Amino acid sequence: MAPRLRRIAGLIAKESRQIARDPSALLIAGLLPLILLFLFGAGVSLDISQVRLGLVVERPTAETASFAAALADSPYFTVVTVPDARAVTGDLVAGQLQAVVVLAADFGNRAARGATAPIEVIVDGSDPNTASLIEAYLSGAWNNWLQQEGLMSADRAAPPVSVVPRYWFNPEANSRDFLVPGSIAIVMTLIGTLLTSLVVAREWERGTMEALLATPAGRFDFLIGKLVPYFLLGLLSLALSVGVSVLVFGVPFRGSVWWLGAVSSVFLLAALGLGLLISTVTGNQFVASQVALIAGFLPAFLLSGFIFEIGSMPLPIRVLTYILPARYLMPSLQTLFLAGDVPRLVLPDIGAMAAIAAVLIGLTALRTKRRLE
Amino acid sequence: MTAPAVEFEKLVKRFGAGRPAIADLSATIPYGQVTGLVGPDGAGKTTLMRLAAGLMLPSSGRIAVCGFDTRTAAAAIHRVVGYMPQRFGLYEDLTVAENLDLYADLRDVVGPGRRRGFDQLLDFSGLAPFTGRLAGRLSGGMKQKLGLACALVGTPKLLLLDEPSVGVDPISRRELWRMIYQLVAQGIAVIWSTAYLDEAERCAAVLLLSEGRLLYAGAPADLTRTMAKRSYRVCGIGSERRRLLTDALRLPEVTDGVIEGSAVRLVLVEGAIPPAPAALGYPRARLESTAPRFEDAVVARLGGARKDESRLGAKRAVPRTSGPVVEAQDLTKRFGAFTAVDHIDFAIRQGEIFGLLGANGAGKSTTFKMLCGLLKPSAGSARVAGHDLYRQAAAARSRLGYMAQKFSLYGDLSVAQNLGFFAGAYGLGSGQRRAAIERMVGVFDLKPYLETNAGLLPLGYRQRLALACAVMHEPAVLFLDEPTSGIDPLTRREFWAHINAMVGRGVTVLVTTHFMDEAEYCDRIALIDAGNVIAQGSPDELKALAATQDQALPTLEEAFIALIVRQRARQQGHDRAAA
Repeated sequence: MAPRLRRIAGLIAKESRQIARDPSALLIAGLLPLILLFLFGAGVSLDISQVRLGLVVERPTAETASFAAALADSPYFTVVTVPDARAVTGDLVAGQLQAVVVLAADFGNRAARGATAPIEVIVDGSDPNTASLIEAYLSGAWNNWLQQEGLMSADRAAPPVSVVPRYWFNPEANSRDFLVPGSIAIVMTLIGTLLTSLVVAREWERGTMEALLATPAGRFDFLIGKLVPYFLLGLLSLALSVGVSVLVFGVPFRGSVWWLGAVSSVFLLAALGLGLLISTVTGNQFVASQVALIAGFLPAFLLSGFIFEIGSMPLPIRVLTYILPARYLMPSLQTLFLAGDVPRLVLPDIGAMAAIAAVLIGLTALRTKRRLE
Repeated sequence: MTAPAVEFEKLVKRFGAGRPAIADLSATIPYGQVTGLVGPDGAGKTTLMRLAAGLMLPSSGRIAVCGFDTRTAAAAIHRVVGYMPQRFGLYEDLTVAENLDLYADLRDVVGPGRRRGFDQLLDFSGLAPFTGRLAGRLSGGMKQKLGLACALVGTPKLLLLDEPSVGVDPISRRELWRMIYQLVAQGIAVIWSTAYLDEAERCAAVLLLSEGRLLYAGAPADLTRTMAKRSYRVCGIGSERRRLLTDALRLPEVTDGVIEGSAVRLVLVEGAIPPAPAALGYPRARLESTAPRFEDAVVARLGGARKDESRLGAKRAVPRTSGPVVEAQDLTKRFGAFTAVDHIDFAIRQGEIFGLLGANGAGKSTTFKMLCGLLKPSAGSARVAGHDLYRQAAAARSRLGYMAQKFSLYGDLSVAQNLGFFAGAYGLGSGQRRAAIERMVGVFDLKPYLETNAGLLPLGYRQRLALACAVMHEPAVLFLDEPTSGIDPLTRREFWAHINAMVGRGVTVLVTTHFMDEAEYCDRIALIDAGNVIAQGSPDELKALAATQDQALPTLEEAFIALIVRQRARQQGHDRAAA
């Protein structure tokens, strides 16, 4: 073996042994993905269900009973029926109810006449997102009921065009199928950036860097020795995450493993490059981990389109997202999981991530010192 | 004649403005001998090592290492130089064998030579039984040997050792020297930097640096010879040696003085006549001329010991008590099946300096931690000023000051902030607090560094600050765990002047140390090995205990080694008889 290859092999072996003995590395690579997947797969959902609803029926009739039953049968609502609005306004203020529906005293009469029988809806607007979802669900429930009861007025009974929504790729419009692939991007950022941000800083803090610098190992040997083990660790963690997503959470995976490997590898290189750059520049484990959280983890979480739609961000922030590797990984993963291999969509993302990786690793190489000063 | 191993030529190294770290240094280091690099803190020893290893570039001048210029041929230098930085550069989460493997891969040591080289290094360092042990689990002495073994992989032509013996016991140090002499006999050049002058005396040549300047280059014996007829021992002074040392240092003809067991060693300024016993305030004292040591010469070259008296002695005296102040009774500590401290007994009287000595891993630090209340004994009791450290922990702790072995101040706080924090932690009122801080700043000369972060202080000042934080609440008992590890001789003298001054007003001191000139300051010493006290007595009594027909007057270090070796041989005899 050429001396350089032997040096690199020696450094890779050393780094791998250190990873194998470092419980925190194994926790971050093995346990954290499971926790995150569990959180996003089972805990967090952008859909709402079981909205606590107060239904005020001022004068019970057959129609109000029918509407109340329609609401109670819906999986989205838990209904409390009371005769007077005053009985529930307090609960709405206290947050025990999320919305109140008032059926006025003349509801039955007007409905029977086929006239418009308005309902009054009061929604807790403190979380506007939830509020508008509740409102939409309620009006959906109202329209359904009207159709069922055949209460549409004669002139509107047979609309010439009816709109029937149909969701492609995620037919149940289930937010989990969309969140779980996204959380894989978060996991990879954690391993690529957070874990590696510590490793160069650690060599400086423990004084081992000084001994390494006095050996024939050059900076490329050193960098490759750091990149390879963490790259492999990231791929292992990826395999674990995908396995759990598909087998445990039943998220569909419609793409091919090869495309997934390609996309993730390029992303990992960018994430590792960022982690190593942070570590090299700060030279201090504590500062490095803080910077890694702010520069790696939070943007991947908030600015990648994982939770917040990039299209609805203000322009300067939208521009900023273009330098984030997670921004390109997120749609690629969602494409591969939900739509299948669509090279036309994935390839530009791979290109962008490769460019970012090249810049970050190049900068790290430039900043890696060959001397103590 | 071949070229020298290292050639420094008009070398200058600057870090920013201010005085250069290395100023106009020219010297050569030959093959086949140990060259010592000596000097006080901040002299530039580490900088010179790093320059020679090609880890830093000179500001001007040049360095040739094994014929290669450090500026242009760093890669070639890295192939022929073995470098052991101060912290050994070991991966603590790798085993002994894995550390060696890494360095062998980095230095391209392959084929059958690799196995043979490893066997040699393991055999030579005595690490063969421990190849599977994590480096972080080795004792200090073994870590140092592994660090050396790693630096020796691939048989370098030049070996750079930066303070390899800090925190290492005399037995391990002696083994290290034996290893180094074998290497030198094979023709390797060794540069050994040290703050300890008894070590420097073993080098074939030394470079004495101070503030970046070369004060002396040559054989240590030649420098020692210039001190002829200037070193004296003052004997027959009973228990007055601390008082006498302080008084003697005030005389203009005395440049340096240290305590040596029951005697005081004085070094006179050039051409001075030895002072009369009466002038020392002790008419019955005897002055004996004694052979000069290298340390005498270096301290004289560096301007002598500080003559101003420690102001820590000026405070009010600690009230006299009759019984023992610190007491260990049947003190035992077990970690699982391993007994670290095995029924240790001793009692320290008020105003005594009591030393705990022993090899790395003998149980000193464990004993120490139990006496400070940091570790719960498995059996037996530890009492300070009559208070049990477990039943009346708060009362006991309020009476003691503790200076830890490792730097235990807040590195990110300034000197003033550290002092303020400790004053608050000791519960001093705001008026007292201000006065205590002011006093400590005055006593330890901390004024110029008040706004500097503690982590950035030079080593000597860091230790001064640590001592200041330990004594600012005027404790009656002071626990010092290797207080002067790695500190230069001048600062060490200053430290002992402070300690002596406090003892003078009734403070009781418990100290651990690996350095025998420091142990000489103790009134009594307990020598610990394998968790047992194997000898107890004054330094002179221990020397007498170890004396043999061949060696009638051993030094304290020789006594230390002899007593431990004798005990271990006896133990092995017992074990064999039992088996």
